[in-house]
Amino acid sequence: MNNQPLLEAKEITKAFGGIMALNRVSFTVNAGEILGIIGPNGSGKTTIVNCLTGFIKMTSGHVFFRGRDISKKPPHKIADMGLTRTFQIMRPYYSLPAYKNLVIPLFSPRAKRTGGWRGGGRLGDRNTVGIDILEEIGFERDSYVPYKTASTLPTGYLKRLELARCLALKPEVIICDEIFSGLSMSEIASMVPLIERLQMEGITLIMIEHRLRELFRVANRVMVLNFGEKLIEGHPKEVMADERVKEAYFGSQNMAEVMMHA
Amino acid sequence: MDILIYGTINSVALALYALGFAMVYGVSRLPNFAHGALYVLSGFITWTMLNSLGLPYIVSIVLTLIITGIIGAMIYQFVLIRVRGMEISEIIASYAIGLAILEGLRWGGFRGVNYTLPAFIAGSTNIAGISVDYQRLLVVAIGAAVVAVLWLFTHYTRIGLALRGMAQDERAAMMLGIDSDLMAVVAMGFGSMLAALAAILLLPLGNVVVEAGYNVLILAIAVCIVGGLGSWMGAVLAAFLIGFAQILTVVYLGAQYQMVVAIFAIILTLILKPSGIFGQQKELEERV
Amino acid sequence: MAITTQRRKERIDRGINVRTEGIYALMSIKELSYLAAPRLVLIVGLLILPLLLPDMYWKRVITITCIYAFLALSFDFLAHFVGLVSLGGAFFVGIGGYLAAIANTYWGFPPWLTIPFAALVGGAVCTLLLFPCLPLRGVYFAIVSLMYPLFSARVIEALDIFGGTDGIMGIDGFSNHFVEEYAPLGLLLIALFAIRRLVTTDFGLVLRGVKDNDQAIRASGMNVTFYKSVAVYIASTMGCLSGAILVHIYMWSGISLFALDFSILPIAATVIGGSGTLIGPVLGCFILVPISELLRDFGTLRIVFYALILVGFIIFRSEGLMVWGQRKYHQFERWTQI
Repeated sequence: MNNQPLLEAKEITKAFGGIMALNRVSFTVNAGEILGIIGPNGSGKTTIVNCLTGFIKMTSGHVFFRGRDISKKPPHKIADMGLTRTFQIMRPYYSLPAYKNLVIPLFSPRAKRTGGWRGGGRLGDRNTVGIDILEEIGFERDSYVPYKTASTLPTGYLKRLELARCLALKPEVIICDEIFSGLSMSEIASMVPLIERLQMEGITLIMIEHRLRELFRVANRVMVLNFGEKLIEGHPKEVMADERVKEAYFGSQNMAEVMMHA
Repeated sequence: MDILIYGTINSVALALYALGFAMVYGVSRLPNFAHGALYVLSGFITWTMLNSLGLPYIVSIVLTLIITGIIGAMIYQFVLIRVRGMEISEIIASYAIGLAILEGLRWGGFRGVNYTLPAFIAGSTNIAGISVDYQRLLVVAIGAAVVAVLWLFTHYTRIGLALRGMAQDERAAMMLGIDSDLMAVVAMGFGSMLAALAAILLLPLGNVVVEAGYNVLILAIAVCIVGGLGSWMGAVLAAFLIGFAQILTVVYLGAQYQMVVAIFAIILTLILKPSGIFGQQKELEERV
Repeated sequence: MAITTQRRKERIDRGINVRTEGIYALMSIKELSYLAAPRLVLIVGLLILPLLLPDMYWKRVITITCIYAFLALSFDFLAHFVGLVSLGGAFFVGIGGYLAAIANTYWGFPPWLTIPFAALVGGAVCTLLLFPCLPLRGVYFAIVSLMYPLFSARVIEALDIFGGTDGIMGIDGFSNHFVEEYAPLGLLLIALFAIRRLVTTDFGLVLRGVKDNDQAIRASGMNVTFYKSVAVYIASTMGCLSGAILVHIYMWSGISLFALDFSILPIAATVIGGSGTLIGPVLGCFILVPISELLRDFGTLRIVFYALILVGFIIFRSEGLMVWGQRKYHQFERWTQI
């Protein structure tokens, strides 16, 4: 029947020169869940995102999205299928106002197909849809913020803009690459409900994170990477309790202690 | 056999064209489009000293090297440093300077076949039945020496190490107290001297003509792109690849295709492996 | 602590009172004319220019200026709205010129047919030939595009096709002077306003997105190479158009169509006029080309001349005349004490 996972990675391997960034990593993501991927610095988290979304070609392995092999597809084809990503280093269109940043993804073939909005090219329409999406994601509609040039926006808004750019495509999966990092505690606190709402709306999320506490709150399952290899995968509580994770992630320190600082 | 000998000579010549360009690009990420112009300019400086001022050959050579180095450094210090980091402006500005030098020389009357530099050592010898003149052998010998000296220079002297540091990571180098602007000027000076050295070695083989400036620029860029921009060893290797390819085309297709080879090599490289043979891995992360 | 009086320059917008970014509420004729005047001055000025010049020679100069203006427009569009710095404007001229020449002499097309033919087909040819290089960015694209015209000239020389070094002769000229003067001017104005409109549409926004951040375009499910090739098609169509017109004016087509002039002068004009303004480059051409004609007696010294102007502008006034002019028009400055 239909218990096929939404996204399935089979033995993804990526070597940069002689360095193994990813070594035979396999995992699955089911529709509607939130999968967290954690790991120390340099454990290959961002490389996974890049491999899944086609931004770098993996050395070997396969990725199946809705049962179709997407491992050889270019990034724009993958995004067009509904597997979208944010960037760890935020990449807005700096010279454009925030809402115009959304007009661009709204112009994409996928947005034209999936967008519920009318018209197919009238200028005003995309601007309003863009502002609608921004409001949904936490830009105050009546303030000047949505109209400000992206280069003048603070980090919190830029992270939201990254997410909004994915939402413009009406995606099935969003891969968030460290969406919490660089944010203040209050900004994170306002971001968490947003993530939960996206899940309620039926969007599957993969979250690459350093912020463990917040991640463990929202994630259904967590996968731990270390030196490009999968250590363990399971419920956040199991993962937190696992000795190997503590070893890899925190050295010999007490995990709870580190989490206080996280 | 003649393919081997002339291929080697041609390759060393290409390497000499390219080293200066590669050095400047490697250190300061400046594609010095005035490189060909500096090459021709130094040829004319030498000629002027020899014939108009009547200086001895060796003195004019040394003076030319110094003067060209200073000119290159000044171009950087007074013009290019102001557009540092703005890729488009750097290209346009250096290209414009090169044009101004070359077309200025052309206007100044340096045209035609009247301008030649004498060979260092006249005469020729036989290698495996093929006559090769001494100047060409000298080119190969000095070319090899230049590569060796450059290697020693960048591995064992303070300035050389600083230059290499800049080439690898400019910010880290600045944190270690390396004056990156000064080093870029120095690199440009050395790069220009390398252009002048190439000119002094190679120009005696033919006439000093303005058109050579454009050809040298294209060849230098071709070699550097094929070898990987900024990689000196890549440039040397690529010089041999293109050098032999050129000689083979000349022998089997005709001399008019010689230039086409270089351009074809660039386009092929850029399509197949844009970072060049020895270029660093240029995937997503690096292109941020 | 000693208090020194310091002064700073204050810039105040003038003109229309009721406005938000890009949207004006016109309240009076004065405000309407404030907006319309610069545009009218440009259009009317260009249109009456040939009438003011009595001399055939200077009328010809205006036409040549238009040809360079097309190239400058195409350079500015590609460089500042798509992020592709093309140093090979001559390539477009050459392809367009040769196509028009071939269509005219070999197939007997009349000029009114060869010019659109050369523009549209030439644009496609250029796009196709540049297509392998489109994934390249920055320096790489600039270098390769510089190679293309040199390459083409060498190929024509080496293979001795299309008349080899002699070129193609016996091309029809324009039927009358009026057409020769106004066709390029009219087309230039149309192209100028069309491109200005294009870059503000959603499609134009995507192109600007390609320049800002091509990875994000990819992540949004759009094919960057496709958008780049459309932009190159638009730019090369303009370049080929100018080449075709040029061939019919000179009634000759040769490898000098691939000459450096066509690559470097439009760039200089763009830098002087103000890059990214689209109108600036056109005005830059109307400044540079006539000056360069005046200096024709000095031979190659004029190349030196505009190379130096170019360097000077890049260093000392990189914003260009147009940006400066716009600022002066829209704002006034005054000194205020701090």
